Amino acid sequence: MKRLINQAPSKMTNMFLGLLPFLLILVVYMGSSNARLAENPNDKLLPSIEKCIGSMSKMAFEKSKRSGDYILLNDTLSSLRRLAMGVCISALFALVIGIAIGVVPYLTSTLSPLIWFFSLIPTMAILPILFIVFGLGELSKVVLIILGVAPIMTREIYQRVKEIPSEQIIKVQTLGANTWQIITRVMIPQIFPRLIDAIRITLGTAWIFLISAEAIAATEGLGYRIFLVRRYLAMDVILPYVIWITFLAFLIDFILKQFNQRLFPWFGKE
Amino acid sequence: MNLVEAHNIWKSYGDTIVLEHVNFSMKDGEFCTLVGPSGCGKTTFLRMLLGIEVPSKGKLLFEGKDYPQEPSDERGIVFQRYSTLSHLNVIDNVIIGMEFEQSQLFGKLFGKAKKRVYEKAEEILCAVGLQDAKYQYPHELSGGMKQRLSIAQSLIKQPKLLLLDEPFGALDPGISIDMHELLLDIHAKLNFGVVMVTHDISEAFKLGTRVLVFDKVKTDKEYPNRFGSTIVNDIDSSKGRKNEK
Repeated sequence: MKRLINQAPSKMTNMFLGLLPFLLILVVYMGSSNARLAENPNDKLLPSIEKCIGSMSKMAFEKSKRSGDYILLNDTLSSLRRLAMGVCISALFALVIGIAIGVVPYLTSTLSPLIWFFSLIPTMAILPILFIVFGLGELSKVVLIILGVAPIMTREIYQRVKEIPSEQIIKVQTLGANTWQIITRVMIPQIFPRLIDAIRITLGTAWIFLISAEAIAATEGLGYRIFLVRRYLAMDVILPYVIWITFLAFLIDFILKQFNQRLFPWFGKE
Repeated sequence: MNLVEAHNIWKSYGDTIVLEHVNFSMKDGEFCTLVGPSGCGKTTFLRMLLGIEVPSKGKLLFEGKDYPQEPSDERGIVFQRYSTLSHLNVIDNVIIGMEFEQSQLFGKLFGKAKKRVYEKAEEILCAVGLQDAKYQYPHELSGGMKQRLSIAQSLIKQPKLLLLDEPFGALDPGISIDMHELLLDIHAKLNFGVVMVTHDISEAFKLGTRVLVFDKVKTDKEYPNRFGSTIVNDIDSSKGRKNEK
């Protein structure tokens, strides 16, 4: 008998094993849901799958009586807009500052303790300050994402800059490059795919801040919606919404990964 | 005038003395190979010639003037690894030296100017045997081809001194022999100064016009860092080199 560490499943088994836990969860859910509904047809905690689909299609395909919008579409668009703004501004900040402090020692001395300090602040703790300073509008939600994500991303980019082999930097100096040319021709092109990776890593955190900010003060958005319907114990809306948010997160990650592989075939190879 | 002159150079890190009493001078066209046991400071000496280390004591001169304190395009370098830019293909790796020179702001050339440097780069790629790999990326090249590319990058700048830090140390023996041919050929044509660190003695004698042996003269068993290395032997190997050719 081979050692356990040397036994690998075949392709089919691999796929089946991957799906198995999901199927199990589904079966357990359906079983418990049926049992509860048999006891009390009005049970809200574990709604049947048909009920979830029904409520979700109402959200997705019927115009709201109050505002005349498609609720799901409206929520998704406004959440994604906030997320995109927060993440893009953070990425731009991280690219500029991360490279600057990675390349210029004087800037490292000046800025890196500050960035380090900001990355340690529990961002949710300053949400009240943001609401006071920026009001309850869009700005404070975007700023919350930026404050939560930009310092981590900057530190990440700084680390990646430091990982570029010093031989390469010395080599381009012997080819006559000045500091600015090293930044534009070597650092930025080499760091860009790493920035995309940094975005992928920090997106999870960005979602947390987005949902939190929407839960506290918003009039539309995915996070707003699930916290709103929580009052009516509407699990038939919350559960599909969570799955939808997870799917969006997966989709964004997948697109960014493809983007990196297509555009930077050299990335990650020596 | 001597290309490089070193007068009584010392290098120490804290209590550790790496180099002591190093006296050395070389002229244009000389091919100096540095050999010696590992940890004897030959790479430290090369790094001084590159301009990224400063001697603790003594005087180091480049063309009779104070030694530059940072790398410049007068002195090319080929490291054992990581000398090429992974995000550029072969020919763009070669022209980048010209782009830095001709486009201060962007470091990038377009149109006619780019065409001109491409022509020059193609000549150099032919000289190093990479003419068929123009559009490949470094990760698609073999170890020997990467080193050819790194040499080509430096050649386009026509350096006065080419520094080689164990450039063939990671290559297969057969490939190294091809690289020796290439290096001897280029050196014979262009006649610039070369300083090469190697751990392969036969390579040192085959390529060098001078072989410099680094080692410690005195040792102290209790404090092995008490004494540094120096050049213990300076062998003229130009005759053997010509006979072999």
